[in-house]
This record gives sequence, structure tokens and C-alpha cells, in this order.
Amino acid sequence: MTENSSGLVHGLYRDGAPIADHKAPAGPIEQKWTRRKFEAALVNPANRRKMSVIIVGTGLAGGAAAATLGEAGYHVKSFCFQDSPRRAHSIAAQGGINAAKNYKEDGDSVQRLFYDTVKGGDYRSRETNVYRLAEVSANIIDQCVAQGVPFAREYGGLLDNRSFGGVQVSRTFYARGQTGQQLLIGAYQALERQVAAGTVEQFTRHEMLEVIVDGEGSERRARGIIARDLVTGEIETHLADAVVLASGGYGNVFFLSTNAMGSNVTATWRAHRKGAHFANPCYTQIHPTCIPVAGEHQSKLTLMSESLRNDGRIWVPKKREDCDKDPRDIAEDDRDYYLERIYPSFGNLVPRDIASRQAKNVCDEGRGVGPVVGDFRRGVYLDFADAIARLGEDAVRNKYGNLFDMYARITGEDPYTTPMRIYPAVHYTMGGLWVDYDLQSTIPGLFVTGEANFSDHGANRLGASALMQGLADGYFVLPNTIRDYLATSPATPLTEDSPAVVGARREVEERTERLLAINGERSVDSFHRELGNIMWEYCGMERSEEGLLKAIDLIRGLRAEFWRNVRVLGAADTLNQSLEKAGRVADFLELGELMCIDALHRRESCGGHFRAESQTEDGEALRHDDEFAYVAAWEFTPPHDTDGETTFGAGMGAPVLHKEDLTYEFIELKQRSYK
Amino acid sequence: MNLTLKIWRQTGPDDTGGLVTYRMSDISPDMSFLEMLDVLNEKLNANGEEPIAFDSDCREGICGMCGLMISGHAHGPERTTTCQLHMRSFKNGDTITVEPWRAEAFPIVRDLVVDRGGLDRIIQAGGYISANTGSAPDAHATPVPKDNADRAFMAAECIGCGACVAACPNASGMLFLGAKITHLGELPQGQPERDARVVSMVGQHDHEGFGGCTNVGACSQACPKGIPQDVISQLNKDLRTALKHGR
Ligand SMILES: Cc1cc2nc3c(=O)[nH]c(=O)nc-3n(C[C@H](O)[C@H](O)[C@H](O)COP(=O)(O)OP(=O)(O)OC[C@H]3O[C@@H](n4cnc5c(N)ncnc54)[C@H](O)[C@@H]3O)c2cc1C
Ligand code: FES
Repeated sequence: MTENSSGLVHGLYRDGAPIADHKAPAGPIEQKWTRRKFEAALVNPANRRKMSVIIVGTGLAGGAAAATLGEAGYHVKSFCFQDSPRRAHSIAAQGGINAAKNYKEDGDSVQRLFYDTVKGGDYRSRETNVYRLAEVSANIIDQCVAQGVPFAREYGGLLDNRSFGGVQVSRTFYARGQTGQQLLIGAYQALERQVAAGTVEQFTRHEMLEVIVDGEGSERRARGIIARDLVTGEIETHLADAVVLASGGYGNVFFLSTNAMGSNVTATWRAHRKGAHFANPCYTQIHPTCIPVAGEHQSKLTLMSESLRNDGRIWVPKKREDCDKDPRDIAEDDRDYYLERIYPSFGNLVPRDIASRQAKNVCDEGRGVGPVVGDFRRGVYLDFADAIARLGEDAVRNKYGNLFDMYARITGEDPYTTPMRIYPAVHYTMGGLWVDYDLQSTIPGLFVTGEANFSDHGANRLGASALMQGLADGYFVLPNTIRDYLATSPATPLTEDSPAVVGARREVEERTERLLAINGERSVDSFHRELGNIMWEYCGMERSEEGLLKAIDLIRGLRAEFWRNVRVLGAADTLNQSLEKAGRVADFLELGELMCIDALHRRESCGGHFRAESQTEDGEALRHDDEFAYVAAWEFTPPHDTDGETTFGAGMGAPVLHKEDLTYEFIELKQRSYK
Repeated sequence: MNLTLKIWRQTGPDDTGGLVTYRMSDISPDMSFLEMLDVLNEKLNANGEEPIAFDSDCREGICGMCGLMISGHAHGPERTTTCQLHMRSFKNGDTITVEPWRAEAFPIVRDLVVDRGGLDRIIQAGGYISANTGSAPDAHATPVPKDNADRAFMAAECIGCGACVAACPNASGMLFLGAKITHLGELPQGQPERDARVVSMVGQHDHEGFGGCTNVGACSQACPKGIPQDVISQLNKDLRTALKHGR
């Protein structure tokens, strides 16, 4: 891409200095984590009580960390915007959690889980982090069982496993279709135990709106947050020795996604604006098995667990004329089991990005099924007839009963007798705040865990690996690395009247006042929907230079209109859900632009990022390792604002790109093949 | 379809509140109940009226955030969560009353939003197994018979929505409490704290102002996860045993 006279690449961003992660110790990969834990400084138990840590988020990543740090004796403040920590979005995970236990003796090992995850991520993740994830995975299962998580068991009383997309071993532990719920309840109970013990203070219905960063240059430290009590509207200051963001992913930038309604980017975006680099924002996962959109009032999309692909077979009619027929009347010979056809060795179990794109392809060809949405049918069949014939209806009910019920309730159709219809939907975001091996962001003292960071899944996440990462970060990684920071970075005293605190508070108050004062014509949701359409159209399953440039223009226009024309009624000093949504959408409107810039600059296809310009002859993603084997970490720059006007609408200046080169010492770089 | 909605509006805990009537037309049967309320809120916003506050998050029936009394039934006419209720369960011309959960232990925050913090405090009183991170033995060290594991799972499916409390004429939280006692009591890992747990949790339940159980069974009927009433029998049994052990 070309650089113009103002130093801007493509008129959009600047190149900055490369960054590196120096925290992982040298030596063989199997020894790095043990060494890091050993080298990390200790905090004397008597001193821990005097050290405070703020944890934003009570999902698996935040809940597990808060409980563990509480047990260790630190003073923890835990925040969530729901009315109870147990309602964090992790609760909705269905399918399962991976662990290299090799209980099935099918050749699994830490090495294989490591390899599968790096390959699944299309060679865009950091080896050292992924190896550690695989290494601690087994401990997670032990910990959860000890807490009373009721995983599925076999008749002998031992734990059962299933297999998930993108791998050929059975390493996924599950609790029917409610694995996330059961794991989160485990973490939540451990957290509540610490609340009772007095080590954790719990702040529910609180939303973090700003991070407090004190000091300049190398002396910068994250020292607290500004939060709004969502019930009283009060703006509160919370100070601490370190801050952890475990605030989940940003898939709701697409408006329609499988994420919970409240999932948002505000916590990480505010931190990004304060100096935390945002890595690989364009890496989004579109999940292949979701219930298709039914109408224009749709508020969210519902996932059907990927585990269904173990027994369900995916197909569309071979002939377009058959698309509106009753699927049961379409003869076997007239069906195209396209995944089994194209990928004989993985079949229906190919990774998510591939399954999604192929579904899009067959629908684009006009062979989709179900109602016409927009200008074509967006759906493919997921058929259990063979499984029911083979295993019996009871066995299928036992495995997937709750998912089938949910499908029936939403669509009004019975999946036991007629094939399900599914279509891809936005599900997970691999990108997130950049962190080093210690999970620390570019702001010292600000740590990021779970889906909120970028660390382990490269350009595509394998099924059942997000729960694994959230709990690995929360129970085992962060508690070990944060103590090194707490022990070695003594914080200077900070009071509520320090400039850093006063400034952060003022920003929050001004923004809130501004949102309420605009009193324009359009609702927050209408902006959110429009942004979602732009993102889905131009930064969704397939991206092109032309489309992305168009999207950037559209988003800028929409953002400017938002700050001029949004209507947020009600007051600041009360429960005001429109105000909450407005703040979140304002941040999505900035994030969306960065996602498009990131997608535009990455002129290769990898994992969930598919650039139309970069594909093989048969339409598979084509990576360019020589040019793009790096993490793109973006630094925020404030908008240029010469005439002193308020900068709310302008939002952001040209971001600066810092590259972290990915070197593969232990795994050989290859083009992925699932054929 | 066309509907008449009577919705509880209350600006805050100190306001007396009351039902306000809204008319809705052209509602699609494929919409969820909450999407129908979204449409109403968009309309209110356009007319300069403040939208109705109600809770929801996952909209998949698993987080337990949503919960409305719909024409006198907790979560409405079907056995599911409010977010999973669809308009096809109603008829053209219906009048639907929408109210918040009503219970002394669930004070109203605003409109249809209530404070369910009491449920968290019941868990704090002992609804856990004390197992510090890092201290766990191998997961296969203690096999759990499948029947026990399955019953534990059934009880652990509780989503903590509070429908059981809202449906009960005594506003009792015993189904919620019994579900947790049963979940942890079925597992070998839950045995060491079993007696202390039940005594402490029952004490907290009563302290929060939840009522007693008189075997009405409305709780289980309203439970979107179908948690059976026998978890309350289990609770009573565990409580008797604990008291016998001198707890
Ligand atoms: C439907 C569905 C099914 C899934 N199934 C699986 C599966 O089977 N296996 C798997 O491995 N993964 C699965 N995933 C992915 C996985 O569930 C998530 O990636 C993971 O749970 C994220 O956990 P987390 O702790 O990082 O964040 P979350 O669970 O999203 O928690 C975020 C927390 O941050 C809080 N928060 C956010 N912003 C703020 C703020 N500004 N102020 C205060 N609090 C804030 C929230 O209140 C919440 O407590 C699934 C995801 C979905 C959507
Ligand atoms: S919104 Fe989560 S259960 Fe209804």
C-alpha cells in the first residue's frame, strides 16, 4: 500500500515501531511456564491483604480470577453489569471445554492440543501462549470437578468426552448442552465463597466507563476505574494496585450475533483510548450452526452448538428448483452433502471458518433453503435422520435434547422429524487488547484475560477452546503473573483528587451529559442496527478492499450522525437502559472503523479473515506468511482537532500499527488442509 | 396480530407505580415476547416517552436475567423463560398484563426490574464446595455414579431467575435453595460441608424475607428448567439430618 505525503498508509493509518513480547523465558517450550512461575516474584501472605485488584467481568475469565486472587488473600473488587455475577455471557456456552487429558487413550497429548490450536488458528497465534494453554488445560478439569461441576459421565462413573470441529481426538468435556453454565456456576460459587469470606467485594449492576491511568511514559500505571452504578446512576471512583479486564468479546458490533444483549466493547475500548494496543480487531469468528434470521425485528441470533455436527449431516439440494420443497421429499441422490464431498477426511467436522464460508458459498449459488431474507435464501439443512435411525431417538434426545427444544421453541418446527435449518452468525472475536505472555497490556498494571484479549486463538478459534482459555487465564495464568507485577511495581499513593482520577471522572460525566443532551431523532438501536448491517456486509464472512473502504466512509458518516442525532431519553441519576446502550454503541462506532482498517491492511486470507483478493484456485483461504505472519497491534491516536470543537463525533485519529512478528520454532508453518 | 398491553410502570422504589395501557398492532407471531417489547420501546422513544425498563441478557433462556409476570404467570403461559416465549403463544386481540416479580425479598428497582440480590446472598451462605484453586486431585480420582451425576446436573440446571419465588403464594425461595442443596449433596465432593451448608443457607433464606414452603407446587410448575419439587423434600431431609447431627 502506498504512503502519502502526510505519512499515512492508504490515507488511514501510520506504521509504528515493532513490538515484542519479552516475558516468555528462553528455553524449551515445555519448560517456559514452569520457569516463568518460578521466576515471578512472590508476595508475602501478610502483604496480600493490603494489595487491591479490580476485576471487571465475572465470566469464566474474571470470575475464576477473582475467586483465586481472593483465596490467595488479595483484596479484590469484582464488577459486572448484570444483576448477578452468575449471568455473565459465559453462561450461554453450550458445547464443551477442551483438555488434553487423553482419558480416551486416542493419542491426545499437550503437544497435540498445542498443535491443533495453532493450526486451527491458521498460524496466527503466539506459540508460547498456546503451549501454556494446552499445558494447564488438564488442571482445569480437575479444578472444576473438585468444585462440583456435574460433567457428563459414563456408567462406570468416569468422565465422558465428545469431539469437536477441527480435530480428530475426543477431548471435549461437557455437561449436556450447558457446559458454560455449569463451569460458570462453579466459578461463581467459588467467587461467592470469597465474598462471604470478605476477600472479594462484589459490585453488580455496575458498568466500568473509564480506566484510570496515572503517570507518564515508563511510569504509567493503571490504577483504577470509573464506574457507573446502573441503579442510582452515581459515577464512582474505584482505586486499586492493578486492574484486570475480563469483559468478554465485541461480536455485538455486528448488532446481530450470538452474544448476549449487553456484551460490549466499552471496557476494552476505553482502555484502548488510554493507551492499550488493540490487536487483530478484524479476526472475527462466524459460527456455522446458528438459527437463521427470521425477520426484521430480530434482536439476536441463537447458536446451535457445534457438537451437533458430530451426529447431524449438513446438506443443501443439488438443484435450485428443490430449495422450496419439503426436505423430506428430496431424494438422497438430489442432496449435496457438501462438506463431506469437499473435505472427505474431516467431513462435517471441519473448522468453523471453513464450514461457515462453504455455507455462504452454497447459498450464494442459490441453493440455500428456508425463507428468502434480503434477496436470497440464507439457510442449509442440518439433518439428524441418519443419527436417529442409527442411535434411536432417545439417545439423540439424551445428547441434544435441550438444543432441539430450543430450536423448536424459536422456529416452531420439530427437528426430530424435519431437518434443522442453520446459517452462520457472528459468534466470537479472536481479536482483543494486546497482551504479553503475562497477560499484561501495553499499559503497565492493566491485565486482560479471556475473550477480551487477543492471545491464544490466532485468526480462528477451535470449538470448546474459549472456555478453556477463560478458565486457564483466570484460575492458573493471571494469578501467577499478576503477583510478579504487584511485588515488583510498588504503587505510589493516589487519591481521588489526583489529576488522573479527576480527569477520568470528568470525561465520563461529560460524555453522559452529552448523550442525554443531543435529543435528536433516531433511537440508539437504529444506529446499532445500521452499523451492524455495514459490518456484516463489508467486514463479515468475505472482505474486499473496495467494500472495506466503503464501510469506513459509511461508519464515519454514521458516527457523526450519532453524535448529532441520537435520542436518549430519561435522566442520568436513575436506571436508564437507553443511556447504557448509547454509551456502548458510541464505542462500537469507533471500533467498527478500526476493524475495517485492520481488515483492509491485512491483504491475505487467514482463518476467519477472508479477503476476496487472496484465495486459492478452489476458493480456500490463502495466507501470505512472508508478509503477514505478525500480530497487528493498533495504537490509538486522538483526533486532530484544531478549532477546539468537541471531539465526540470525530472519535479517532489515524491509528498507528505496531507489528509483533510471529516466529514458529516448534511448529512448522503450513497451509491448512482438512481435505 | 393486534394486542392490548397493560404494563407496570414505576419510576423507582419510592414511587407507587401502576398499570399503563399500550396498544400494539402488526405483531408477528415469530417475534419473541421481548422483541415485541423492544418494538414498543422504539415507539415510545419516538414519541418522546421513556422506554420501559426490563431485564434481559442472553435471550436464550440460560442466564436467568429476564423474568416477567405475564397475565399472572411467571414467564407467561408456556414453561420457558420470558425471553424464549414467542408471540405465537398469544391470539390476535388478547389483552396481556405485564408486571415485575412480586416478592418482599425482590424489591422493585424500576418498571419491570427487581433486585434479586437475595439469591446471591443465599449462595454466599454456603452454596459452594470449598476447593481452592490448585488443590484439586485428578478428576478421575473419585468416580461419580452416573445416576448421582445426572441428578446433580438436573438440579444444577437452575438459572436463578426467581420465577419460583414469584409464582409461590408465600414467595418462598425453597425450590432455588433445594436445587443447590441437591446439586452439591449428590456429589462425593459435596459431602464434607453438607450439614453446615443446609443449615446456613436455610437461615439466610429466611433472613432475606423469603416465605416458607407449604407444598403448593407452583414453583416447580413455573420453573423454566422444570426443576422438580422433590429437591425441596431433599432439602428438608438434609436439614433434619444436619439437625440430628447437632448442627
Ligand atoms: C452462544 C455461545 C456458545 C458458546 N459455546 C462455547 C463452547 O461450547 N465452548 C467454548 O469454549 N466457548 C464457547 N463460546 C465462547 C465462550 O462462551 C466465550 O468466549 C467465553 O465464555 C467468554 O468468557 P469471558 O469470561 O472472557 O467473558 P464473558 O463471559 O463475556 O464475561 C464478560 C463479563 O464482563 C462484564 N463486563 C463487560 N463489560 C463491562 C463493563 N464495561 N463494566 C462492567 N462489567 C463489564 C460482564 O458483566 C461479564 O461479567 C460460546 C459463546 C456463545 C456466544
Ligand atoms: S435473557 Fe437470559 S434467560 Fe432470558
